[in-house]
Amino acid sequence: MLSLLILVPLAALILLNLPLKEALRKWAFPLALAIALAQVGTVLFAPSSLRSASPFLEQLVSLTLQAGNLSLVLLLCIGIVMFTALLVAKPMIQGPRPWFNFINVLLISLIGMNGAVLVTDLFSLYVFLEVTSVASFVLIAFNRDRDALEGAFKYIVLSAVATVLMLTAVALLMLMAGGTGFETIRLTLAGTNANLLAKIAVGGFVCGLFIKGGLVPFHGWLPGAYSAAPAPVSVLLAGIVTKVSGIYALVRLATSVFPPSGPLNHVLMLVGAVSIVVGALAALGQSDMKRMLAYSSISQVGYIVLALGCGTELAVAGAVFHLFNHAIFKSLLFVNSAALEQRLGTTDMNRMGGLGSRMPWTGVTSTVAALSTSGVPPFAGFWSKLIIIIALWKAQDYAYAWIAVLMSVVTLAYFLVLQRKVFFGKVSRELAEVHEASFALVFPAVVLAAITSGVGVLLPWMLDSFLLPLKTIL
Amino acid sequence: MTTDMRINAALLVALVLAALGTVMSARLLRAVIGLAVTSAILTVLMFRLDSPIAAVFELSVCAGLIPAILISAISLTQRLTPEALTDRKREKLKRYWPLPVIVVLAAVALLQVHLPLGFALPPASQDQVRNVLWNQRHEDLLGQVVVLLGGAFAVVVLLKGSRHER
Repeated sequence: MLSLLILVPLAALILLNLPLKEALRKWAFPLALAIALAQVGTVLFAPSSLRSASPFLEQLVSLTLQAGNLSLVLLLCIGIVMFTALLVAKPMIQGPRPWFNFINVLLISLIGMNGAVLVTDLFSLYVFLEVTSVASFVLIAFNRDRDALEGAFKYIVLSAVATVLMLTAVALLMLMAGGTGFETIRLTLAGTNANLLAKIAVGGFVCGLFIKGGLVPFHGWLPGAYSAAPAPVSVLLAGIVTKVSGIYALVRLATSVFPPSGPLNHVLMLVGAVSIVVGALAALGQSDMKRMLAYSSISQVGYIVLALGCGTELAVAGAVFHLFNHAIFKSLLFVNSAALEQRLGTTDMNRMGGLGSRMPWTGVTSTVAALSTSGVPPFAGFWSKLIIIIALWKAQDYAYAWIAVLMSVVTLAYFLVLQRKVFFGKVSRELAEVHEASFALVFPAVVLAAITSGVGVLLPWMLDSFLLPLKTIL
Repeated sequence: MTTDMRINAALLVALVLAALGTVMSARLLRAVIGLAVTSAILTVLMFRLDSPIAAVFELSVCAGLIPAILISAISLTQRLTPEALTDRKREKLKRYWPLPVIVVLAAVALLQVHLPLGFALPPASQDQVRNVLWNQRHEDLLGQVVVLLGGAFAVVVLLKGSRHER
């Protein structure tokens, strides 16, 4: 039944583009929304049904797919962020033709991401990452203004570099292993005693994933792409696309395909720590809200990679938990930025102030997201950061643990700057008439804020059912 | 070094030169011709290295179809004026002069490194290729179909709208 997660969006895409498409066009939004909700519902309430076999489907098309706990977490995030992006797009994408095209490209992105988290083969992983990238190029450039095209072009160029690195790595690994299945490669690499060619292949693939994940020093494309893309695309990119394209693949390969290796773990920890520091310090100096959130994303993804590099069971569980939390609170922050953009027509924080009284829902949900990102209890971000720091401390990586703690303080500092500039203080005369964003933007913000608060408050009850099973990905 | 290896080495050098010419050319049309030549040389190398099916794909798609699409796109653009062309040549040279140096340095570095490339894979038969493509890798095939759909939507979203606006 796992293949349905790829085949249903594909069938919807084909159905919407049949010659009858004028009549079907009005169904595009409810159909896409239903697909996203069905994905969330199935993962939450009937995950075992996904793993059951369907002889009819297997006869139709035989896909080798697998969903471990890590994949289920990612499928849940993909469904939630896709649902959010669709709601945010409703008031932000103008005109029936662009709106219809947007939904089609979003469905392609959904197919790419679902495929990437379900395949068990390195080449198939590469193919579905490319599907996601192609959809992302189009989505970033969707507005076709100069900034959007420049952002998309930077992404294309750096993605091409990532593609070359990953394809070369796949070719080398195939030469060594005689196949590209995860298990075949794992067994071969375990038996090669990490010869030079294996190191080059693993290094090349990991570098490609660093580019896709926007980690320092490969982050050049990310701030431009996030800030130039339309608001719902920023939600999608920051919330889930870079997580699936770079970070999920990194977690999956580092924990269950590439053999445990000291140098690889050191590289992951170093890149993670540098990303945390550079992202946080760069965010501190931004005056555009979307750019600040983009740099914040780099910093938070750094936490995930740092924990992954630590490599202990607790650290990896913390990394996956932070990946989930980041998908939720960063989507929420970009929804807030979309709400401000809808009412003010800008995301320049120097032109805002005192909006807390004018846009109370946006103000409150933004505060929840900022506190969760900064690791303030009782929000979900606090627990994942705490787990990561404890894991680093227990592994005697004290310097990295201190960096993680100190940069959490810097994170709180730049979010306080954001809150003060945007929501606090006196409202200026030009903004006196501003009122709360439309329901389509407030509703997903409230849902995401409820998730990040709920997961934080209810964590003790979720420990056995959600967090501890994550260890089984090892 | 055997004669076969000498020929392959000469083809590799020609391949790199053609690729450099493609990147450094100031005219789009010459760049596309350079790309076609690069692919044609790669095709010959693939034939010589016992991969005829990969060579046929390379020849038909990379040396044939893609240059044809690019040339049809270029035919829609305006020609550069002689002054603009001179400026463009100067700009290209300024931007890309380190490229040949990097290529030479990379070649020297690679000559110093002895990679354990002792693999001897038997050439795949036509039946094997067909079997792998159609029977064993359904997910890749599906992914490639979706990539093509993505490309089609890219054209619709980014180009079709512009034509309507004009």
